[in-house]
Amino acid sequence: MNFKTFLAMLRRDAHVARRNFVTLLLQTLFQPMLLVFVFGRVMTASGLIRADYKGMLLPGIIALAMLLSGVWSVAMPLVSEFQFTKEIEDRLLSPMEIEWVAVEKVVAGMLQAVAAGLVVLPTAWLVMGSGVGLSFSQPLDLMALVLLVSCMAAAIGLTLGTSVGQTQIGLMFSLVIAPMIFFGCAYYPWSSLARFPVLQKVVLVNPMVYATEGFRSALVPRFPHLPKPAIYGGLLLFDVLFVAFGLRQFRRKAVG
Amino acid sequence: MGLRPRPKQRFEVTALDGLALAVAPGEVFGLLGPNGAGKSTTVGVLTTRVRPTAGRAWIGDHEVWTERVVVKRLIGVVPQTPNLDLALTAREILTFHGAYFGLPAAERERRAQELLERFQLTDRADHLVLGFSGGMLQRLSIARALMHAPKVLFLDEPSAGLDPQTRLLLWDLIRRDNERGTTILLTTHNMEEADALCSRVAIVDHGKLIALGTPEELKRSIPGGYVVRLHLSGPPPAPLVASLRQLPGVTEVRASGDGALDLYADRGGSLIPEIARLSNEAAAEIRDVKISEPSLENLFLHHTGRSLRD
Repeated sequence: MNFKTFLAMLRRDAHVARRNFVTLLLQTLFQPMLLVFVFGRVMTASGLIRADYKGMLLPGIIALAMLLSGVWSVAMPLVSEFQFTKEIEDRLLSPMEIEWVAVEKVVAGMLQAVAAGLVVLPTAWLVMGSGVGLSFSQPLDLMALVLLVSCMAAAIGLTLGTSVGQTQIGLMFSLVIAPMIFFGCAYYPWSSLARFPVLQKVVLVNPMVYATEGFRSALVPRFPHLPKPAIYGGLLLFDVLFVAFGLRQFRRKAVG
Repeated sequence: MGLRPRPKQRFEVTALDGLALAVAPGEVFGLLGPNGAGKSTTVGVLTTRVRPTAGRAWIGDHEVWTERVVVKRLIGVVPQTPNLDLALTAREILTFHGAYFGLPAAERERRAQELLERFQLTDRADHLVLGFSGGMLQRLSIARALMHAPKVLFLDEPSAGLDPQTRLLLWDLIRRDNERGTTILLTTHNMEEADALCSRVAIVDHGKLIALGTPEELKRSIPGGYVVRLHLSGPPPAPLVASLRQLPGVTEVRASGDGALDLYADRGGSLIPEIARLSNEAAAEIRDVKISEPSLENLFLHHTGRSLRD
């Protein structure tokens, strides 16, 4: 591990993110805000959905924004850098073990995911209007969740970015990301799946469930959510799993 | 820098088959061979990017695979196709590369400026490299590889796809860097390039070493030096081959399939009238004649029976 090299790569990623700030901001904010506006504002104000749905939805939206930006910010550059521009070569030839190049990608992705959460939370709150009823009485839980969720997002990005071919990106979104979002309990709590007992078990393999339920437990504990040991257990398990698998894929891709 | 024989097997393909080479400090060493000869694999093995399944490689006293991080500090690599960071400007590409290698800020700014000047990139230094021409990308790739002052510079097909003028500029830059003490290993399938730049050349094909020496030594080793390649409309009749061999100045005649006949000789054009006469006598129709002067191309032909571009 060469700390100077590692930091220089992080600085490079931060530099590029700063340069693309507006694009990144729009990319992170736009879709969640549409969801928040339609479901959290329009449909609640019109009485189609009960007003307390706002508080139920917000943690889901934060998890969604963090996951999407973490996955996206690691996976997309990796796909093109490995297969198309070969840009990654320069970093693989820097004086540091190549695994640390992957770790740097994960750390950069985590920072982007955290930034996405920090931007989406207040904006969504504002857009929804009154009656969200967030609680910040568990700051330590919230911080731990932010860390675990962002790491999971970036590690999923590492895995996808090193496993998916350039021509399969569209497929990856419709076959992996879309079901992950829709069965990720972002728009409904996990307990509401009780009427679909099989589905309720099956969605537990979806890492996103632990992120949305986790934020629900920390920000709106009055709503039903998975028990904390299950949330932390799930997040830790998927963190370890995706980091390990992502690193393995990265090593395979990086060495001929 | 050296290589021990190491057959590399993966997916049943042996890219390198017992290739053993030693490059001396300060040399410009050329690896010459057709596409698929194993040149890029050799560079990959020497630059930590390909794990050899057998055999070993060294840079100085350091074994490449087991001491990758140390080796990466000693080498600069210019890839076959530019892999520059498209999100950065030319200057940032150099300064960030310097930062990866731990150069202090002032030092990397200074070196970047110096290299931008030397490689004639100052007027576009603060542009993103997306719109750069092939020649500019290649120059910037070399500049980047030199940022951390490597002891050994690897150039994989440095002038492939460049126009002749850019190629000459590039050769000049490579020569000047060698004069500053950098050892250079370049791969090429261009004989002219190997001839113009290299102090020694290894000719490789199918992962094997075919010939090794200075360009002059190698050229001298071709019987005769000139090659007159005849294409006949049918298989060459044996009496014709025998009579061609008797021609003064002809050292060797070889049939190489498809009606092609190679004459190795110490002269070229002046042989043509006699060749035409003998062919007429043997009732063989000459469809095409190609005369090549002494060159590494002919050497390759001589050793492998194939042209470099086949």
